[in-house]
Parts: sequence; structure tokens; C-alpha cells
Amino acid sequence: MPDSEQTLEEVLGLAAAQFKIPREKLTPDDDFFKTLGMDSLQALDLLTRLEHHFNVELPDYELQGVSDFRTLASRIQARL
Amino acid sequence: MNQFKGQVLSWEFKDGAVELALHREPCNEIGSRTLEELESFASNLKSFEHQFHALILYSTLKSGFCAGADLRELYHGAQGMEKHSAARGVREFLQRIHRVMNAIDASSLATIAAVNGVTFGGGLELALVCDLIIADKMARFCFPELRLGLIPGFGGIPRLKRDLGNAVVRDLLLTGRSFNATKAQQVGLVSQVVAEGESLKVARGTAAQLGKFDRPTVMAAKKFIKPIPYEELRLEIDIFCELFSQPAVEAGLKKFVEGKDSQPYLP
Repeated sequence: MPDSEQTLEEVLGLAAAQFKIPREKLTPDDDFFKTLGMDSLQALDLLTRLEHHFNVELPDYELQGVSDFRTLASRIQARL
Repeated sequence: MNQFKGQVLSWEFKDGAVELALHREPCNEIGSRTLEELESFASNLKSFEHQFHALILYSTLKSGFCAGADLRELYHGAQGMEKHSAARGVREFLQRIHRVMNAIDASSLATIAAVNGVTFGGGLELALVCDLIIADKMARFCFPELRLGLIPGFGGIPRLKRDLGNAVVRDLLLTGRSFNATKAQQVGLVSQVVAEGESLKVARGTAAQLGKFDRPTVMAAKKFIKPIPYEELRLEIDIFCELFSQPAVEAGLKKFVEGKDSQPYLP
């Protein structure tokens, strides 16, 4: 099982790949809606990719109010 | 009519199957135009049944199969109308969309929904009328209606109950959460999960397989294994219309339509 830092790094890598931007442009505390200009459909797309990648189920209501990568990664870590 | 190219959907014929493509930006929201073109499609369905063996529904849009009812049209249409007039308009719309859904559900064609991306609300209800749902691995399924103070209105609950266990139905409806394709397959909603961008191709292959069997036998099997819950469908319209007149619905629609929220599809 990955530790929390590995999980965070993988989340950042997946987001960078989805939005086709260099990984180093993203930091753990970025607001991904602002940094990536993400709308709700893209957020659902990222959620689906994260679920597949980590093989977890993330009820979307549990992510309500989550907008930074660090918190997102911690929610995933809690289900690994 | 051999083929049709409408504003929001099109159909054509390929290898013995009718392919109905949805292509209304941003995500095939079902409003009055889509309803009119679906009605046009449904009026041709009987003649298609004499010529073809299968029907495939799919979206040409990367965003998804269908995000459900056009809430903006619903909200703006109800503005400035007397409450009872708005309610009557909603009931008529529902009765018309139910006729289309029931016609596809009852069709003797083998019906397949090839879904991708957002398959929410009315979009999921459209997929549920089909015999099989083949899902792109990036597909996502949800009934978000309770967030608006409503229940699904295009036949969702009776058809979910037909196909799935009640615990799953309650989870989907009462939490308003979304499922990915893998989960949807685990609970029995989806028959196949395929790689990204492959759902239409796999649906065509499946349609070819379905076309190998004797049609009257297929029809007999469908009548036996896919009964249409007409009574519950009628009840659903009544309950929806009753809820639609509640103040919470107007507030929910207003929030969705006029809000600055960039995340209207998240709970």
C-alpha cells in the first residue's frame, strides 16, 4: 500500500497528465479548480481516473468542499 | 426515413443495426428539441423493426452520454408562468418522454446503450430502457434529482427497480452519489465495461451477435425477462408533478441555473 506521500505524488501526476501540464507546475496545496480551471464534468473525470488508478470507491459527496490535492489524497489514503 | 440528421441527434443504419447518435453540446441535455427529435425517431421505430435487428444509442460527445434533463430550459420555461400552468407543462413533457422511452423499451429490436462519461439523471433513464448497457471505463452513473427536491421523472425508479436490488437503488437515489463503470457492472447495471473510447465499437460487435438469433425467439425472451412496469411509470409522473410544485424545487433549479458555482454536477 502506498504511503500518504506516494499517494499525493500519484494524485498530482494523474492531474498533470489529465490536464496536460508539467507535473512541477502543481503543488499539493493548489486549489485544483482554480489552478487547472477545472469544471464539474472534468472533476468527475478526474474522480473516475483516481478511482481506477487506486482501485477505490470515492463517494463524491465525501469530496464535497475538497479543492486541494493534499486533502484529496488524504481522502483516497483513508480508503486504501 | 432512411437516415436523419437533426439538430441534437441523428440516426443511420450500419450492418443491420440502427445507430442513434446524440450530439447536443454540452452533454446532450434533454429539452424540448431533443424530445421532438426523439419522438420523430420513435415514430419510425416500428418500420425499423421490420428491417433491422438492433438499435444502438450512443453519444458523439466526449463529455458523456447524457447529463439528463435540460434544467435551464425547465427553469426558464417555468418562469413567469402560473404554477398550475408550469405543472401542466411539466406533466405533458413527462408523458411525451415516457411514450418515447416506453416505445424503445418495448421494441422488438435488441437495444444497446453504448455509454461514456456523464450518464446522469435522464441520461441514465434513457440507457435503462435498453436491453444492455455497454460502458466506457470512464462512464459515470448518477441520479442527482433528490438534490433538486425531485425524483427521477423519465422512468428511472421503476426501471432501476426492475433491474437492480433495492439496496443499490436506495444507495443511488438517496445519496445522489455517482458510480463509476466498474461499480455499475458489479451491481448489475452494466453488462460490459470496455476501454476508453471503445464502447460503440463493442456495442456494434454485440449487436452483430444478437442478430444471429431467431427474432421471434428473441422477442419472446424479451417479453419474459424485461417487463415494462407501466403502473409504476404512471405513478412516477404523478409523484414528480406533485413534488415539482414545492418551493424547494424552484430554489434548487434557481441555484443550479443561476448560481456561479462551477461545479453543478457535484453534490
